[in-house]
Amino acid sequence: MGKERTAVIGVGQTKYASTRGDVSMAGLLREAAQRALDTAHKTWADIDAVIMGKAPDFFEGVMMPEIYLAEALGCVGKPIMRVHTAGSVGGSTACVAASMVQSRVHSTVLTIAWEKQSESNAMWALSLPQPFTTSVNAGAGGYFSPIMRRYMAMSDAPELIGCLVAFKDRQHALKNPYAHLHQHDLTFEQVVESPMLWDPIRYSETCPSSDGACAMVLTDEAGGDAHDGPVAWIKGTAMRSESNSYGGRNMVSPAASEQCADDVFAQAGIGDRRSQIDAVEMYVPFSWYEPMWLESLGFAEKGKGWQLVEAGATRLEGGDLPVNCSGGVLSSNAIGASGMIRFAEAALQVMGEAGEHQVDGARTAFGHAYGGGAQYFAMWIVAKDK
Amino acid sequence: MKDVAMVSFAQRQEAAIPNESEVEMMIPLMEQAKDAVGLTQRDMGFTCSGSSDFLAGQAFSFVMTIDGTGPVPPISESHVEQDGAWALYEAWVKLQCEDIDTAFVYSYGKSSPGSLRDVLATQMDPYYVAPLWPDAYAIEGLAARMLLESGKVSERQLAETASRSRLNASTNPHAVRTEQKSVEEILAEPYLSDPLRPSDIGASADGGAAMVLAVGDRARSLCERPVWIRGIDHRSDAHTLGVRDLTSASSAAIAANRSGVGADRIDFAELHAPFTTSEAVLTQALGLDDSVSVNPSGGALAANTMMAAGLIRFGEVFERIVRGDGDRGVAHATSGPCLQQNLVAVLEGE
Amino acid sequence: MRRLRRPTGVPALARNEQSVVGSAPLSDVRDPGEGRMPQEVLQAPLVLEYPFIRTTGPVLGRFLTGLREGVVLGVKRADGTVMCPPLEYDPADASPLGELVEVQQTGTVVSWSWGGPLRDQQPFTQPVAWALIQLDGADTTMLHAVLVDGPEQMSTGMRVQTQWREAREGHITDIRGFVPCSDEPDGTSSAKPPSTVDLDTVEPVQSVRTPIRLSYSYTPGRALSQYLHAMKEKRIIGDRCGETGQVFVPPRGVSPVAGKATTETVELADVGYVESFNITRVPIATRPDLQPPYCSAWIVLDGASVGFMGLVINCEPESVRLGMRVRAVWKPDDELKISATNILGWEPTGEPDEVIADIECIGRVGPQQKGGSTS
Repeated sequence: MGKERTAVIGVGQTKYASTRGDVSMAGLLREAAQRALDTAHKTWADIDAVIMGKAPDFFEGVMMPEIYLAEALGCVGKPIMRVHTAGSVGGSTACVAASMVQSRVHSTVLTIAWEKQSESNAMWALSLPQPFTTSVNAGAGGYFSPIMRRYMAMSDAPELIGCLVAFKDRQHALKNPYAHLHQHDLTFEQVVESPMLWDPIRYSETCPSSDGACAMVLTDEAGGDAHDGPVAWIKGTAMRSESNSYGGRNMVSPAASEQCADDVFAQAGIGDRRSQIDAVEMYVPFSWYEPMWLESLGFAEKGKGWQLVEAGATRLEGGDLPVNCSGGVLSSNAIGASGMIRFAEAALQVMGEAGEHQVDGARTAFGHAYGGGAQYFAMWIVAKDK
Repeated sequence: MKDVAMVSFAQRQEAAIPNESEVEMMIPLMEQAKDAVGLTQRDMGFTCSGSSDFLAGQAFSFVMTIDGTGPVPPISESHVEQDGAWALYEAWVKLQCEDIDTAFVYSYGKSSPGSLRDVLATQMDPYYVAPLWPDAYAIEGLAARMLLESGKVSERQLAETASRSRLNASTNPHAVRTEQKSVEEILAEPYLSDPLRPSDIGASADGGAAMVLAVGDRARSLCERPVWIRGIDHRSDAHTLGVRDLTSASSAAIAANRSGVGADRIDFAELHAPFTTSEAVLTQALGLDDSVSVNPSGGALAANTMMAAGLIRFGEVFERIVRGDGDRGVAHATSGPCLQQNLVAVLEGE
Repeated sequence: MRRLRRPTGVPALARNEQSVVGSAPLSDVRDPGEGRMPQEVLQAPLVLEYPFIRTTGPVLGRFLTGLREGVVLGVKRADGTVMCPPLEYDPADASPLGELVEVQQTGTVVSWSWGGPLRDQQPFTQPVAWALIQLDGADTTMLHAVLVDGPEQMSTGMRVQTQWREAREGHITDIRGFVPCSDEPDGTSSAKPPSTVDLDTVEPVQSVRTPIRLSYSYTPGRALSQYLHAMKEKRIIGDRCGETGQVFVPPRGVSPVAGKATTETVELADVGYVESFNITRVPIATRPDLQPPYCSAWIVLDGASVGFMGLVINCEPESVRLGMRVRAVWKPDDELKISATNILGWEPTGEPDEVIADIECIGRVGPQQKGGSTS
C-alpha cells in the first residue's frame, strides 16, 4: 500500500506587514488558520492534528510557542507538533503535515507557519552574540553576499540581473493583496540606484522583515474528492539537509538542493522541468538567488539561469516559467512562514485561486524553501489533476 | 500500518557536561546507536532530531549538531523544537509512508548553562503569565496542592515515589540523583516551593539520546530482539492553567487509550514525570495498576534531561525488553507546564 | 488622559563579560555531591536580553486597558460562564470570544504555592505566594501573586482582593498582587466597587512591554576552548578528520564529512586567501566599532579545508579580490587574551592571488597536508 493521495483543500494567509499591530500572536495565527478552514469548508472540529512551524524562538521570546498556542488552534485533546528547520521551516512543516495524511495516521490536518518579527529584531534574533568572539556578519545579507559574489564570478552574469529580479518580484507583489511591499511607484532605475547594503546586494534586492502567518488544510483522497471547491493534489514532497562547512562544498548549488530537487521531480514523474512546471514559487530572499536556484533546481543550465531572468522568462506576464508571481520573499518575509507561503502559493496557482497573479491555466506548480547556510531544503510539487 | 521497531539506543545524562559542546556530547551517542546495528548515516532512510535553542541560549543549536550525523552527502532530515519523543513520532510517520526501512532519531539538551526553572517561564502565556516570571517549580506547586487537597495522593505517597526513584536510580548508570533517602528523610526536607520538596523535583541533567528505528524484517535482521512500537499517539491539553483540571491529564489519557495501553498486560512503564506529582497524575491517567513497575530506571526524577527525557523513556523500556526483564512496556513523554502535552507508546519485544 | 505608553528604549544587546576559567554552576535542585563536579572549564557569562514589545489585539488589549483604569474584565463563553483573564478564543474549542464583562476585584484562592526566595526577573520586592485566583463573577482562575509574609498566611479557599500599582500602564503587573481580605463572596466587597470608567472613551492599550533577560554561563566546548586558548599565544589550531584528512578551522570537534569526532589537532599558519567577501556599507548594531564600508571575507588558511569569516583590513574594500592572499593582524602582545578577537583582521600579503579551482565550491577538497605541529 503506497502513500495516501493527499490534497490541499484550504489556504489562508494574513496580510503581511512590518508590524501587525492590530493582533496578538494567537490572533495572527488564527487569522490565517480561519481563512484556511473557511476555504476548506471545515471547522476546528474537523481537524485531526495541527503541524506548526516557525524559525528561532528568540524572534518572539516565547520558548516553544506551540505550547501557548495549542488552545488557540483547537488542539485541546488533539496532537500538535512543532517543526523547526531554520529558514526552510515553512516548507518542511508542510512536508511533515503531508506525511501525516500520506501515512494515513490522520485524515485532515491543519498546517501553519508564522513569525511575528516585529516583537523583536531579526538582526538580534539571528545573530545572538557569543562570548570570546565578535560577529563581523551583518545578518543574513552579510552571510549570503559572498555566495552571490561567487555566482556572479562563475556565471559572468550582467551586473543588473539581481535588480531585474527585484523589480519583477515587486511588480508581481502589486497583484497580491497579502504582500507586505506594495511599491506602486517603484521604477527599475530606483532599484538600481538604491544603496548598496551588503555589496554586491543593494537595499532593493533584499527582503523586508514581516509579521505574518500562512496556513493550509490538507486532507486524504476521499476528502479531496469530496471537497466542493478547487483542490491541489500533492505529487511529491522532499527534504534534504547537509553540513554548511566542509571542504569542496558547492555553496552556489548545494548538493542538498540538487538532490532534493531530483527526488521531488522524480516523485512527480517530471522529466522536463522547465516545460512541465507552470508556476514556480521559490525562496529568494536576495535577488541573485533566483538565477542561482533556477540552475540548481534544473530549470536552467549551469551558468545560464540569469539568461532566463534577462529574457523575462520568469515574469508573470509573458514568461514561460513564471517565478514568484506572489511577489516572493522579496516582497513579504515573515521568516518562519516564508517557506509555507511558497508552498501555499504553488497550491493556489493549480487551484486557480491566485487572483490577479494567477498564471493562466497552471496545472503543475513547484514550491521551494531553503534555510540555514543554504543547507536545509524542502520542496513540493502540486497539480490540478489527481 | 507497518511494524516499526526500535533496534538500538544510546544515552548519556550527567548533572552537567560543561566541557563539551552539544555536538561533541552527541557524536559518541550517535556513533554508538549506529554501530550497535552496523549501520552508517548513509543507510538511514530518514533522520529526525529534537532540541531547543532556549536551553543554552544558542540560536540554531541544531544546525551545529547536525554535523555529528555526517550529513555529507546530504540526508533526508527534519527537526522538531520538541522532546526527541516527537522526533521519534515524526520518524515513525515517515517510515509509514515512505519507501524506507530505517530511521535515525536523536535529541539532546544542556540546561546547565542557564537556570531551567526560570527559562521555562518563557514558555508560559506571554501576555498574562510570563511577565510575572513564575518559575517552573512554583507552577507545578499549584497543581501539586490541588492534587494533595483532592485526596488523590498524600505527601507521604509523594515521598514514597521520590524514595523509590532514588532506589531504582541506584542501579541506573545514567541517573544523576542516586543518593538513597528514606520516606521519613524526604518528608523531613524543608519545602523548596511549598508543597514541593527538593526530592519531589526532577534532577536537572545535561545529555542526550540516539536511536535507530527499523521496519519489519529489516528490524529483525539488525538485532536479536527488536522492540516494536505497537501503538503511539500524542495529545495536548489547554495551556491556560485556569481552565483545566490540574489533578488529571486528559490528553495523556486519550493518548494512552489510542496507543493501546489498556489492551494487554504491561510489565513496566517509563513515565516522563518531572515531579513526583506528575507521576501520580500520569499513573492514574494511563490506568496503570500496582502490577506495573513504574519508572524502574528512576525516571526523570533521577535525571531530567530537558528535550531528551521523553526519548530516554523509550530507550529505558527498550533496554529492559532487550534484557528480558519483560515483554511489554509503556513509554511516555511530556512537554509544557503541568503535563500539558503528552505522548504515549506501547512497546513490545519480538 | 493617560497616553498609551510605548517604550522607546533601544534594544539592549547581550553583554559579553570577561571570560573566566572556573567551575560551572549546576542546576539548583541537587543533593550535595549529586552528579560529578565539573572540571575546570572555559566559560563566560552570557546574558540574552531584549525588550520585547507585544501587540495585543482587541481582547487582550481591552483587558489591559481595564487594568490601567483599575478594572478587571473577563470574557463570556458560549455557555454563559466568564473566563478571567479573557482570551480571544475559547480554549476548549478555539471558537472566537469577544464579549467582555467586568468581574469583581475580590476572589478566592483555588490553589497556591510558595515561591521562596525571589527569582531574578520576578517583579516583586519580597517573596510571594503564587496562586490560582477565581475572582467573584468569573468561572475560571487567574494566575497571579499573593502578597503575604510567608506560607503560613496562605490557605486554599482564602479570600483575596486586588492591590493596584499606583502608576499603571496596561500591564499584568498593574495588579501588584493580591492581598488577603476578610469579606465573604456574597458580602459587600471592601475592594473598589465596579468601575464607572467608560473604557470606550480612553485610549486603548495596543501593546505590552515584556522584557526578557536570561543569564547563561557560556562554555564553548572542548575543541573550541582549545582553539581559544591557543589564540592567546597567537596560534591558530584546527582539527583533522581521521577518515578524510580534511582540516576544520575553527575546530568543532567533529568532522561533518565523516560524522565522527575529529582525531587530531593541527596548527596552521596565519596566512591564507580570500575565497569570497562582502562589503558592508551600512552600520550594524552588533559592531558599532566598525565604520562602513568594510570588508568581511571567508578566509581559507593554508592547510585548511574550509574558510571562516574575518575582516579584511589595511586596504581599500574595493581592492579586495577573490583569491587575494592575506595574513592575520594580531592585537599587541600585551592585549592578547583567550579570545578569537585577538585577530583584528586580515591584511593583504602582496603575494600572487590564489587560483580558485572551482568557483562554485568552497574550501579545498581532499586531505590537507600535515603541517605545523600536531598534538
